[in-house]
Amino acid sequence: MAADGNITVQGYINHHLTDMTVGEGFWAINVGALSWSIILGTLFVISFALVGRKATTGVPGKFQCFVEMIVEFVSGSVRETFHTKDRLIAPVALTIFMWIFLMNLMKLVPVDWFPTLAGMVGLLVNSGALPDYAQNYSFLEQVMSHPWSYLSIAPTTDLNITMGLALGVFILIIGYSIRYKGVGGFAKELSLTPFNHWALIPFNLVLEIVQLISKPVSLGLRLFGNLYAGEVIFILIALVGLAQLPLHFAWAVFHIMVILLQAFIFMMLTIVYLSMAAEDH
Amino acid sequence: MDINATLIGQSIAMVVFVWFTMKFVWPPLNNAIEERQKRIADGLAASELAEKDLEKAHEQVAAELNKAKADAAEIIEQARKRANKLVDDETQRGQEEREKIIASGHTEIEAERNRAREELRKQVAILAIAGAEKIIQREVDAAKQSDIVDKLVAEL
Repeated sequence: MAADGNITVQGYINHHLTDMTVGEGFWAINVGALSWSIILGTLFVISFALVGRKATTGVPGKFQCFVEMIVEFVSGSVRETFHTKDRLIAPVALTIFMWIFLMNLMKLVPVDWFPTLAGMVGLLVNSGALPDYAQNYSFLEQVMSHPWSYLSIAPTTDLNITMGLALGVFILIIGYSIRYKGVGGFAKELSLTPFNHWALIPFNLVLEIVQLISKPVSLGLRLFGNLYAGEVIFILIALVGLAQLPLHFAWAVFHIMVILLQAFIFMMLTIVYLSMAAEDH
Repeated sequence: MDINATLIGQSIAMVVFVWFTMKFVWPPLNNAIEERQKRIADGLAASELAEKDLEKAHEQVAAELNKAKADAAEIIEQARKRANKLVDDETQRGQEEREKIIASGHTEIEAERNRAREELRKQVAILAIAGAEKIIQREVDAAKQSDIVDKLVAEL
């Protein structure tokens, strides 16, 4: 959609990078990102659980084959890296991989489709929410001015979502550290490495805590940065008129790789961090 | 883009999804895969076993075949020997028969000749006697000279 009339280029870009929020301040919730995240997560667990429930040990169907391929792949990655027997890590890895993949996949939906659709539904269902300044706009501009059109469809372009996942991983890291090394072992690791001397405990503590915190932060920021940058490019491409068609296609094809790769990297790093937490080093 | 409660919501969603996956998604899928792997491994082992059995059966068949061939050769050899012996026997018997027939022919011919000779002798005697009678009729009584004729006949 070209930016014209009452919507400026800047406004258009801002529109696409802003999610519809409910609530104020810290307690606001990015409705689009969170609801799509939950929808996609539910889609994943339900479809996989259905396959799992009907799974035969004989000749599998095509979808079961596909699902089993993913499960095998995740299982292999876990076995290669995480050497302790643990029944939580593989499900964690599978959930992270599939969920992030599906959330990333939403980025291949052209950037204007979902906002336009949501704005139209908003106008039909809740036309009172249209801001006063937009009353005299053309129909399309009204659609894009409706608050519902701000609903974001790609959750992983939202820092909250990626950091939320990273926070989950962070909690798991601490949990695994305590479970496999005990509270004392974990505390010892934080305070007595890399320099095993009582006088250097504060220094070690600072170092180790920075190292500990950097894991989830880098996880969340990496995913967010990659996907957000891709999204910005998609929006910029959407601004160039008809020429956007080949450009969008090329960028989308390239993005298929980013989507898979980032999901895989997030999963792999989660496994690595958890195995580091579980093993002495 | 601010950090807000979405982060907490996402973390809670993550916990729920991970729990669900651990409870309802991973175990059945993993079990199915592992069970199938086991079945495939069993199937492969069974097929290997069957292959070995087949090989053994092949060897047995070959041995059996060789034995049958040897038997057949022996039987053929025996038959040939018997046939030869039969032919020899028959030939010998034929020979004997021939000789016997020839011998009996010889004796028969001999007897015939003897008889013919006897006949001839008698005829000659009669003729001689007749001749002599004719002669003697002129000079002597036949009855008186008969012993001389008999002696003559015997000498003939």
